[in-house]
Amino acid sequence: MSAARPEGWQRLHPLSPVVRGGRATIAIAILLLPTAFGLDSLSNATPQLAVSAVLVLAGVVSWLVTRWRVEEDDLRIETGLLRRQSLRFPLAQVQAIDVVRPGLARLFRVAELRLRMAGSSGGTARLAYVAEHEVEPLRDQLLALARGARHEDGATAPPDAESAEAEERALATVATGPLVAAIVLENGWLIAILAGLGVGVAVAPGTFAKALGGGGFVWAFSLITFLWRRFNQQYRLTVAEGPDGLHLRGGLVALTAEVIRPGRVQAVRLVEPWLWRPLGWCRLEVDIAGRQRSKGEGAAQRGQLRTLLPVADRSLGLELADRLVPDRPRELSPPPGRAFWKSPFRYRALSWGRTETCVAATSGRLRRVTSWVPLEKVQSLRHVQGPLQRRLRLASVHVDTAGKAMHATLRDRDVDEAARALAELTDLARTARRRPAPA
Amino acid sequence: MRRLEVGVPALLLVIALVVAGTLEGSGIAFGLAGAAAVAGAVSLSVVGRRYRSWGYGEREDDLLVRRGVMFARLSVVPYGRMQFIDVTAGPLERAFGLATVRLHTAAAATDARIPGLEREEAGRLRDRLAELGEAQAAGL
Repeated sequence: MSAARPEGWQRLHPLSPVVRGGRATIAIAILLLPTAFGLDSLSNATPQLAVSAVLVLAGVVSWLVTRWRVEEDDLRIETGLLRRQSLRFPLAQVQAIDVVRPGLARLFRVAELRLRMAGSSGGTARLAYVAEHEVEPLRDQLLALARGARHEDGATAPPDAESAEAEERALATVATGPLVAAIVLENGWLIAILAGLGVGVAVAPGTFAKALGGGGFVWAFSLITFLWRRFNQQYRLTVAEGPDGLHLRGGLVALTAEVIRPGRVQAVRLVEPWLWRPLGWCRLEVDIAGRQRSKGEGAAQRGQLRTLLPVADRSLGLELADRLVPDRPRELSPPPGRAFWKSPFRYRALSWGRTETCVAATSGRLRRVTSWVPLEKVQSLRHVQGPLQRRLRLASVHVDTAGKAMHATLRDRDVDEAARALAELTDLARTARRRPAPA
Repeated sequence: MRRLEVGVPALLLVIALVVAGTLEGSGIAFGLAGAAAVAGAVSLSVVGRRYRSWGYGEREDDLLVRRGVMFARLSVVPYGRMQFIDVTAGPLERAFGLATVRLHTAAAATDARIPGLEREEAGRLRDRLAELGEAQAAGL
């Protein structure tokens, strides 16, 4: 397998420009169809042919000038004809490696490899596209190299670096039925509006269409896109445990596969929307460092938040949370009764707890959210007291983590308790930072 | 310095109204001037309290930043988590030789701003924090 040799420059798959062109490719094909079938004379199609030729040429050139190789601990990608770019990605900073297969790529049996790097502006190394059968070995190889590189640095490294061969153990798969039900329940009011619009148009087409105009249509369209994206992305999402972390794969049209490495999790969150609660369902989301520049098919996964379990029983969600934050607090304490006057709707959901390495907090009005933050990932702590809280002798402590996707808040605690929590968490976070990452 | 920010407009308003009042000879302008004076005094005391609420402390491993009267905030930012430090000075601040130091971590929610520092002190703090941050830097 050509991907197995780390030396020497390599090119991407020859079909890459075709897949990368995406819609343009399809447009060209459609443009040229009449000519191809002899319905149109060749001279009539000259402009189309010229445009297509230029596009094809551009694609081929971009493919020709792009090459990559693994250099010791870096991945180097060189690209560009006029503006030559040479990119180096230190493998030691790889947060996760995703395999993305958009619809067209599946047709041509190629896949994109995305290396997500640490740091808010670290960016993403993209190898688009690589032949399908080479992708998995290449990913394993890069992950093994990343682990090796980190070993030399003496920083965080899982002990089982020898067993590079990925041995997966499936933990959970999401069935289609519950997923549909869950999406419908969570977005119940949106769908109700949509249905109302549909009924309105069907019953009284004239008046309704006039009243709504194009606005309603645009609205409905964006809503459907939103729902479809979620469904497409979370369809048959499978979580498996491998030696290099949790493997995540799924998707209906665009398949994605990614690896969430241990020690890269910034925060974990268990969400229970209002209408799910009677069913005992929950959703598990993780926040990992490194932002993904979304483009094309990966756009549905904007941000750093990863849905690990789109919908599952609470017990399964907690079990998986245990794997991500091994030492999570079991006992959470509720706030003092007078907090009811400050947050009447949230009061019943509020609580917090901590262990030596992890802090947990719950909140939410209609939907319950439980957040866990490993203390070694805490960026800063804030003690905040508003006017109403002062009167009630309450205060909140915010635990900030990287990014803005998540943060845990110990809301409306007794003043003394909050001050104590701030001091304790500061100390614990300091010791957690100093401690070498647990194996 | 913020005292001046409020005090100067209030004083100007009072003077302008008093002048207008004497010119016109009407009582309304005097009343308005009195109201402006009272409002100025009240806002002065509020600003004074806000000014006194600002504070920061350098500890061994982290920086404490305190601010706010209505919403009292106390931030704890470990030196190792700092990503970069901003020193800014607006036109008014420059006129009084002051500057604002702002700390950034990887978390968007971190809110550590120390306004109204003497310029030398701001420079010293920046250098000291950069030094400490480098010494204790921790990965993500």
